[in-house]
Amino acid sequence: MDASVDRIANPWGGRTPYPRGAPWPYRVDTYLSEQNDPADVERWVQTASILHSDGDAMDVAVRDGRMVGVRGRAQDRVNRGRLGPKDLFAWQANGSGDRLARPMIRHDGQLVESDWTTAMERIVSRTKGLLEQQGAGSIGFYTSGQLFLEEYYTLTVLARAGIGTNHLDGNTRLCTATAAEALKESFGCDGQPGSYDDIDHADTIALFGHNIAETQPVQWMRILDRLEGHTSPRLVCVDPRPTPVARHSTVHLAPRIGTNVALLNALLHEVIRTGRVDHDYLAAHTVGFEGLQERVKDCTPAWAAGICDVPAARIIEAAEIIGVADRLLSTVLQGIYQSHQATAAAVQVNNLHLIRGMIGRPGAGVLQMNGQPSAQNTRECGANGDLPGFRNWANDQHVTDLAGVWNVSADAIPHYAPPTHAMQMFRYAEQGSIRMLWISGTNPAVSLPELARIRSILAQDRLFLVVQDLFLTETAQLADVVLPAATWGEKTGTLTNADRTVHLSEKAVEPPGEAKPDLDIFLDYARGMDFRDKDGEPLIGWHDAEGAFEAWKRCSAGRPCDYTGLSYDILRGESGIQWPCNAQAPNGTERLYTQGISWAHPDTCESYGKDLVTGASDGVVDYQSLNPDGKAMIKPAEYLPPHEEPSENYPFQLTTGRTIYHFHTRTKTARAPQLNAAAPEVWVEASATDAAALGLGEGDLVEVRTHRGSLRGHLRVTDIRQGLLFVPFHYGYWDTDTPAGPGGQTPGRAANETTVTDWDPVSKQPLFKTAAAALTLVQRGAGPPAPAPTTTASAPLGHVGATEGGPTARVRQSSNPPNSTRGETT
Amino acid sequence: MNGITLTLRALHLGEQHLARELLTAAERHRAEHEVHHVAIDLSRWSHEHASRIAEASRDHGLNLADPPQAPHRALPSLAAAADEETAGAPGSRLPPDLRLLYDLRHLHLMATGNSLYWEMLVQGAQAAHEDALLQLASSCRPRTLRQIRWTNTMIKNLAPQALQALH
Ligand code: SF4
Repeated sequence: MDASVDRIANPWGGRTPYPRGAPWPYRVDTYLSEQNDPADVERWVQTASILHSDGDAMDVAVRDGRMVGVRGRAQDRVNRGRLGPKDLFAWQANGSGDRLARPMIRHDGQLVESDWTTAMERIVSRTKGLLEQQGAGSIGFYTSGQLFLEEYYTLTVLARAGIGTNHLDGNTRLCTATAAEALKESFGCDGQPGSYDDIDHADTIALFGHNIAETQPVQWMRILDRLEGHTSPRLVCVDPRPTPVARHSTVHLAPRIGTNVALLNALLHEVIRTGRVDHDYLAAHTVGFEGLQERVKDCTPAWAAGICDVPAARIIEAAEIIGVADRLLSTVLQGIYQSHQATAAAVQVNNLHLIRGMIGRPGAGVLQMNGQPSAQNTRECGANGDLPGFRNWANDQHVTDLAGVWNVSADAIPHYAPPTHAMQMFRYAEQGSIRMLWISGTNPAVSLPELARIRSILAQDRLFLVVQDLFLTETAQLADVVLPAATWGEKTGTLTNADRTVHLSEKAVEPPGEAKPDLDIFLDYARGMDFRDKDGEPLIGWHDAEGAFEAWKRCSAGRPCDYTGLSYDILRGESGIQWPCNAQAPNGTERLYTQGISWAHPDTCESYGKDLVTGASDGVVDYQSLNPDGKAMIKPAEYLPPHEEPSENYPFQLTTGRTIYHFHTRTKTARAPQLNAAAPEVWVEASATDAAALGLGEGDLVEVRTHRGSLRGHLRVTDIRQGLLFVPFHYGYWDTDTPAGPGGQTPGRAANETTVTDWDPVSKQPLFKTAAAALTLVQRGAGPPAPAPTTTASAPLGHVGATEGGPTARVRQSSNPPNSTRGETT
Repeated sequence: MNGITLTLRALHLGEQHLARELLTAAERHRAEHEVHHVAIDLSRWSHEHASRIAEASRDHGLNLADPPQAPHRALPSLAAAADEETAGAPGSRLPPDLRLLYDLRHLHLMATGNSLYWEMLVQGAQAAHEDALLQLASSCRPRTLRQIRWTNTMIKNLAPQALQALH
């Protein structure tokens, strides 16, 4: 049966209910731009989404050398044919007329068009000069969560072993650093324990700070389908906003911002108090339970209620649901990761699972999520501030092993301290010890906290800034050299989603003008720098994506993220495959830790752990005495009050976040007409009580101000918790009169004008959800409501016309069996 | 006054002093955001230690409630310490990244001093069968050790860049 659905008005499309334990039925979503008919499509080219970490598998429709649409891949384990609104519409941005088509260099203060030889020569000669005068520590690389594995790996080799710098990180620092750190703290090693398939088997799903309906919409469709089927799961939602998840939950807890650890400690307290602890599991697979018991013994629901401002009875109810669950799936995202005590809180979610023995069985899993599509790849490849293959920088054996893979001496790879995290790199640039920063595929002039500061760092004369991107972003406008990059659909590579599923994304069309794949740009640079290994051979011996993939396989061999059983040919098949995939597990691995904990032994672990409050590193000796047999570690944490609390002048708490119609800094989603029309402008959410107290109403133009700066937007009155404001982040300036930042007629618009420079000391993830703010009226609204969607967490309280996409947002949904299993022509 | 009361007095001063110096460092290194925030968090521990020591000391006939009049001579403040360490270096005004390292080193030494007092107290309390003091020391000392680890980690992580940079 086929249906056509407005997927802006109804972002999750139609339901295909199914009972617990059954496979998720497929539903194939197809969107072709108006002028095109499926019969006109010349080729369908296999790929997966790069707009969030679902990893939705899809085929791109090509006609006359152009992308004309997309279709979900029915046979894929991740999405079974479904696509989210961003997957369906954002590809159109690839074809927009303002794509960068030629390199640019700064000349007399202006960016002017140039050619590849000149641009690359500039970068190479600056690198060589800096290496000579100031050493490798003067050069930093800041990359993305949206490139391909092959690109991250190549960048890692050239930065770590070629340049020899400790300064390489991804913007996954803003996104998924806490997920990785929490897994290392509990399991000794990164790698998602669970699988999206756990949604099919769970009887209870607890979502901690995870508005999955907007951030991973396709997995939300899966939950909605379970909710409509027999034996539907119970949901527990922890989120201060009235999200779609909250609306479907049995219990919704809306804590004060910055109090997650208090809440989780109370949940742990209750589970332990009611005797719902799996002592056999604890004895066999964990260490540290006594410490947790001691830590949470006074953390009663009443105690937490006072801190979190949620009723104690609700906490008890949530703990009861979690405590009696037979198959508990928990998911965690930015409400935890970008908030106060991020890692400490994320680890307490792991603890809930460990004490209940809810790991390694279908439906009993933890999903420490990622926001970005290929965030997992930065983690594996070491482009995120770790060493490749989850090697431990503090373990000489691991470094020697890596040096062997690269055929360099161990001291060519900096490992005297942990790799520098992004926020510290910006600090070094601010102080002038980093003099060259190469930014690929990310837009820190909008996405980092405290933008006035970031702009001033990037604009310094002494900093040589290279920006590689698709468009002239806010960041690119500050660059000394701008390199035009090809993107998804214009280049080939692999990407791995949050549940370890590897997908191949094939080139479908040519990039515009002289734009090149990021991989080719890095390879050009490596050639220009003439990096050599120990034997005088080129350090980077590959020339294309498949060659890079094969090189990565060698680096991953025997490591937790073992790719040796994969190849482009194998991936060019029915469905994505989950690592580890090797001779022992040729079809991939659905769940980690089914037979106990595998990578936590002192000799194999990726990290010796950190103090959850101070971030201080433990040494190997501490680790050995804590965890000699390599079990899972139960690490307690005490609650600390947030660093910025409301005051007389800044009476509100302010939180920020992503929403369903926009992604990252809107460089793509604002160039997709349907997505842009659904959420064209920044808005500000406040509760009805707060709005009334200030005499404000729906649609009024308001200003949000913090110690750092301010922004203006129209007010949306919602059911958000009292005392809290929400602003969607990543609205920037490129589509305003002052495209580089606020000024002139353009007031602050980006949420990050206001956010604080502070980060979790353990994961170093910046805090975007803890500011104290003031709210004031700028101008009475003239009638129209705020430009905020009605379909999502920003749903209005009063009557506001519903968000719709109209005829151009209609998407075909088909439940007919897919007629083609491969990506070729239909 | 016996050795235990003397040690309580010294430790009380040491914890108060560390609390203050952590706050001074937090203020001085506002632009070093991690140091700024964590130092404030950690100053709370020392502050709490000092009040618990004062409370426990009452049973020993000590009144430690009031802060000491002048900084203890044996405990040079951050500024003095940094000056001392660079004395002799011509025009010894340190660039901020080096000053941070020196300040962290100073905090580290202060915390280490406190941890040794705690150690002495543990031993003395055991010998004298002073269970309440033993209890106090064993609940506070681990946090002092965590303060030490923190300064150590920060120095380890920041020194490579700071010492290599051209100033
Ligand atoms: S927008 Fe979301 S996915 Fe992108 S970096 Fe920020 S948190 Fe990560």
